[in-house]
Amino acid sequence: MLILQLAVKRLMSSIPTLLILLVGLFLLLQLAPGDTVDALIAQLGGGSAETAEELRRYYGLDGSTMARLLDYLWRLVRLDLGFSAIYDKPVATVIFERLPVTLLLMVLSLSFAFIMGMLLGIISARKVNGWLDTILSLLGMVFYATPAFWLGLMSIVIFSIRLGWLPPGGYYDILAGNTGLAHVWDVTRHMLQPTVTLALIYMAIYLRIMRASMLEVSTLDFVRTARAKGLSRNQIIRHHILRNALLPMITIMGLQAGAILGGSVVIESVFSLPGIGKLAYESVIQRDLNMLLGIVFVSALMVIVVNFVVDLIYAYLDPRITSEKV
Amino acid sequence: MTTLAKIQDLSIALPKNADREFAVENLSVDIHKGEIVCVVGESGSGKSMTASALMGLLPDELTVTSGRIMLGDLNILQQSEQQMRRIRGPRIGMIFQEPMTALNPLRTAGDQIAEMFRAHTDLKPDQQKFRALDLLKEVGIPDPELAYRAYPHELSGGQRQRVMIAMALALEPEILIADEPTTALDVTVQAQILELIRTIQQRSGMGVLFITHDFSVVSEIADRVIVMQHGSIVESGNARDVLENPQHSYTKTLIAAVPGLIPPPPRDLSRQVVAEVSSLSKTYRTGGGVFGRARRVTHAVRDANFTLTEGATVGIVGESGSGKSTLARCIVRLQSSDAGQVMFGDVDFAALQGRSLRENRHLVQMIFQDPYGSLNPRRTVGDLVTQGLVARGMKYSDALAKGQELFALVGLDPTVMDRMPHQFSGGQRQRVGIARALALEPRLLIADEAVSALDVSVQAQVLDLLVDLRDRLSLSILFITHDLRVAAQVCDRIIIMQRGEIVEQGLTADVFANPSHPYTRSLLASVPGAA
Repeated sequence: MLILQLAVKRLMSSIPTLLILLVGLFLLLQLAPGDTVDALIAQLGGGSAETAEELRRYYGLDGSTMARLLDYLWRLVRLDLGFSAIYDKPVATVIFERLPVTLLLMVLSLSFAFIMGMLLGIISARKVNGWLDTILSLLGMVFYATPAFWLGLMSIVIFSIRLGWLPPGGYYDILAGNTGLAHVWDVTRHMLQPTVTLALIYMAIYLRIMRASMLEVSTLDFVRTARAKGLSRNQIIRHHILRNALLPMITIMGLQAGAILGGSVVIESVFSLPGIGKLAYESVIQRDLNMLLGIVFVSALMVIVVNFVVDLIYAYLDPRITSEKV
Repeated sequence: MTTLAKIQDLSIALPKNADREFAVENLSVDIHKGEIVCVVGESGSGKSMTASALMGLLPDELTVTSGRIMLGDLNILQQSEQQMRRIRGPRIGMIFQEPMTALNPLRTAGDQIAEMFRAHTDLKPDQQKFRALDLLKEVGIPDPELAYRAYPHELSGGQRQRVMIAMALALEPEILIADEPTTALDVTVQAQILELIRTIQQRSGMGVLFITHDFSVVSEIADRVIVMQHGSIVESGNARDVLENPQHSYTKTLIAAVPGLIPPPPRDLSRQVVAEVSSLSKTYRTGGGVFGRARRVTHAVRDANFTLTEGATVGIVGESGSGKSTLARCIVRLQSSDAGQVMFGDVDFAALQGRSLRENRHLVQMIFQDPYGSLNPRRTVGDLVTQGLVARGMKYSDALAKGQELFALVGLDPTVMDRMPHQFSGGQRQRVGIARALALEPRLLIADEAVSALDVSVQAQVLDLLVDLRDRLSLSILFITHDLRVAAQVCDRIIIMQRGEIVEQGLTADVFANPSHPYTRSLLASVPGAA
């Protein structure tokens, strides 16, 4: 029950965060020149000032900034994200069409980065300063330092164009019209490159944290106790070091959820994935304020949910959390 | 008498850049069945390295250069890591100083004991649990079922050390190594743990290698004593012989450095009041808030009243959690009290705020327990001492001159002022801490366990310095300690605290001679070597 109290408290405290974020973004976008109507008219190839006025009135863009902000927040309370002029659909509909792709990309690459980082970190820590450790650190650094778009493009050049093993982009092959398992296989093939590209960049961080954390925990007194109990090296790592070393990893995972969402903007553009990241990019170009605010709202929710889950995992791993003051 | 283990002619080399060549040099010790051997020495004497070598757990940077350690027919130094695993646990058990950190914080006590059976026997899980519960009963834990499921942070210090002992004893080893097992514990708990080790040792006939720095603990528990200095044995023999008739000058110094439990007769004290503490209280509240979680209210200090006079030392004695440190922190205003006054003349120090508090800070200064943690490692010691003066508006050159006086006053060479804290020993650092506290010419000096982290011989020097400074500067000192022996020697008056309340106070000689409160009596009875 304590875990739940802790979690609910964390959720409540994220409401002001969300509010500040939305208001801040709303005001920031007022400073950018041009609005949705300008973008629409540019798309239409031009139009008169009267048409523009008409359109502004139609989309509710003629009020004062304050009035529109309050109007937006009031609609948000009723879970109405508004209407997108560009897509001619409710914002929520567009976002929920795109959400699965981004979620899949995020969950897969976060898991991949976490698990690979953890495993390689353990290997590094076991052979600290050995040749394997050096190579792993070096590789991790190389991937970390490489820009995401370049890594993605090179991956396309090698695996899609030269070798022709994997499709260069898209979510699935629309023309093939696959169903069932064939469809799953098709999506897997399409998602493989973007997932690995995104994960490789973040893996370096997990590798470093895990390695440092393993080394630190191994110097603690209870590891000496475990050795004095006559446990083998593997038993000590599995039963005493691992769980303690995972705690900082979990913390980092919560912090990284936001960053990985940002990284997916680039990756989705490179691999032409119809996800939220790509949608956000397009909305900025088209001054689709409603869409952008909706995306920020949904992304913030996603980060909050991830952190909520991270808190639960943390509390599960560390019994001291629940007995300390909430 | 059966010999269980023989350490013969053991030398362990330190890394090249260390301050001496060997951690342990030409050391020979036998451990017999049914006997407690105490290895005594100050920090850096090589006593812990001896224990680690016996366990085959020497740090990688140390190498054994000669000698052997025979456990029966096996030379421990020649065993592979895999062979050693069958010795650690089943044949040699070990307990450590700090029972909080020596247990894995993420696993239950019972699980950690049962792990011994999991690793070394074929017992089924329910048998493992049964045996672990048995062990918990044997080491005298009140509710074994509850303790089995408890995580280390849910147990008290004494209970954790009992869990450690249960774990070490699980496979009935021939030898138990105890590395300062009671140093981190309160005096009453220490007495219980020593008693427990003694009882179990007599019942099972184990050989015990007991490592300590404290001669009063030796007198409680040892059959045989080995005194180590700089890696070599300087004296060894029957415990009673060594204690009553020490031969080597180092042993004599160590035994003499243990303060006596009988306070000197009271001195003539000045009646000049420095500070008057009245009805001081501090309550901690946790929990509460939106979800109505059960509030926990802790009365850390409840209605404390006492007077501090010029040129006198008042001791506050109590066990951990008695509120003695909170009381000190409230007086020095590192924390704010909830109620009560601390009157310096007509200034209520407890009620000052902001600027007026800062301007009066010089009235009370504090010396801290840990001479390592309480000095900023990135500033020179001269800076650390003069900072307060400069902050009060003194010119840097004047502050420097004053700093040099202070260094001379606390027995340090003023030329060392441009060195960093890590270049000093623990005792020297504590002198720096005292110089820093005295820089602002306080009327009241609070020493919070100021000598607890120091070796006994250094401890005696620092105590002498404090007494000397008190007399020369007519300081009032509030001396907080858990050590009744130290309190007996340095305090003119003594205050006994238990669970936030002052249960007894008076002249030290009177309180020690005629303790009126039962808690005071139990504290006095628990002091090791008191009998």
